[in-house]
Amino acid sequence: MSCTQTIEDYALRSIGIGERLLPRSDFTLCEQVVLIGSGLIWNVYFGLLALGFGFILAVSVAMAKAAPAAWVRKPAEWFIFVFRGSPLFIQFFLFYETFVLLPKIGIDLNLGFAEITIETRWLTRAWAGALIVLFLNTSAYAGEIFHGALRSIPRGDMEAGDAYGFTGWHKFRKITFPTMLRLAWPAYTNEAIFLFHATTLVYFSGFPAWQQKGDALYYASYFADKTFNPFVPYPILAGYFILLTLAVILIFGLVNARLNRHLPQDRRQKLRVRPQVIR
Amino acid sequence: MARPGFFLPKILKSNAHQGEQPILSCADPKTLESLHWLACYLTTGKHMAFYSSFGTVLLLLAVTAPAALAFGFGGAMAARSGFAPLRWCGKGYTAIVRGVPDIAFFLFFVIALDQGFEWLRHKVKCPDWDMPVRQGSDFVVCDAAKMPLSSSPQWVHESYGFAIAVLTFAIVFGAFAANVLYGAMGTVPRAQIETAEAYGLSHRQTFWRILVPQMWVFALPGLGNLWMILIKATPLLFLLGVEDIVYWARELGSSKTAVFDFPHPDWRLYYFLTLLVFYLALTRVSEVVLSRVNMRLSHGQATVAGDAQRRAA
Repeated sequence: MSCTQTIEDYALRSIGIGERLLPRSDFTLCEQVVLIGSGLIWNVYFGLLALGFGFILAVSVAMAKAAPAAWVRKPAEWFIFVFRGSPLFIQFFLFYETFVLLPKIGIDLNLGFAEITIETRWLTRAWAGALIVLFLNTSAYAGEIFHGALRSIPRGDMEAGDAYGFTGWHKFRKITFPTMLRLAWPAYTNEAIFLFHATTLVYFSGFPAWQQKGDALYYASYFADKTFNPFVPYPILAGYFILLTLAVILIFGLVNARLNRHLPQDRRQKLRVRPQVIR
Repeated sequence: MARPGFFLPKILKSNAHQGEQPILSCADPKTLESLHWLACYLTTGKHMAFYSSFGTVLLLLAVTAPAALAFGFGGAMAARSGFAPLRWCGKGYTAIVRGVPDIAFFLFFVIALDQGFEWLRHKVKCPDWDMPVRQGSDFVVCDAAKMPLSSSPQWVHESYGFAIAVLTFAIVFGAFAANVLYGAMGTVPRAQIETAEAYGLSHRQTFWRILVPQMWVFALPGLGNLWMILIKATPLLFLLGVEDIVYWARELGSSKTAVFDFPHPDWRLYYFLTLLVFYLALTRVSEVVLSRVNMRLSHGQATVAGDAQRRAA
């Protein structure tokens, strides 16, 4: 089988398009590269959506944690503590079990004038359930980063804002938020890289792969199990992830340049990328 | 290793805990009252194994942390070396773990290390073996080179699995520790080194007497982070095939039919909640201890924190 044929068959296998059966024997290098690359679609999907939604929640959580009122601050603190203090692996299991325990048929909601049934089955599927976990998890980590940045905004900046008569939302929008983002950006870049790496945990925790549609690591370990040779699929996976990491660094670097554009050259913050391990 | 799936937990499942009678008067659990039933249920042999698996996690942490620190120290020393190939090795070691999801390393190293050991033993013990080691999808070594020997008892297999897991953790976390320590060695004020040289200390003496004692305070925040990450990586033991808390929580929590002594519906949620609380407690305790250690190490240092302590005293 030629490599173009393999690409046609397996390039979109992870989302259910193409050949139904996975290759079973005589694995070629091309098959491994294509199928693992196909799995990467899921890693990108989880990473992008969790990061996008997570950003909004993270900013809210950071603001809540910095709030003087205890009834706002305490929930935010607990949210951050629980999600940062426990392994993502356990969080996946826990959420999966919770979603499984929800009634199979759905929950009947009586609104008084009409009765609606909320479907809950889709929550046990990885595309939704795991996304929720990753979303909450990254919100907690990024929330802590943003909270730290919020606390290290130079006092002079805020005083200057006061002197110009900025108040309330206007002050937040024009001074607090951009400065916070600029200070937090290098750390947030690392968090984004973490998150993409963490997406590989999805199919290794509670969430089962349905019809063998899995992420890059799922296929890599499939090949490693079948060929009993870890020295081919895992380096391929590593190569893909290095490319993904470089892409993240490039995009976040552009944003970083934009956030720092008003500063003199020597005061601009450089991105220091130090990806870390599992959470 | 010619046993595909050896590292999958289901193969490793031991039969040692079956047929054990729980203590208390739990002879016929179906007749018991609810509270007594619960007491009996929570003290079955399998539950005891579950409790002791918490010890497994703590043991892993206790063994891995110093091992990773040693790997890291070696890596950092190599990265600072004046001998170029050694320096490349050190830098390459730290660089290689970056940019790749670590879970991939965990899955990779377990098979790679196992096959590596068996291949080495194969070369030493069976030099006149003429078949290739890799035959298609199989990895075949002679019987004498198997790790552990197929005739060895169950506990040898289990501790071999655990040892491989520890080594994997140490290699991966060693790379991160090397990164932290390398940074910390570079942060020690230059004047301290220069003073040592001015007093006529040799290169080696400067390193061991001046640099190493002073670098810990700079390394501590990074190492503390690493410790937190290490704690949160321990559930991956489950992936490496060790009977850890995740394994037992899944095993015990799944619903039990009336065939079992203690039938119950799907309770995995509660077991995982227990694990969550365990991990939260572990992180909380670590946070407190680390801040204490930080205070202790800042004592007498030429840093802001050290100055603050001096002024307060």
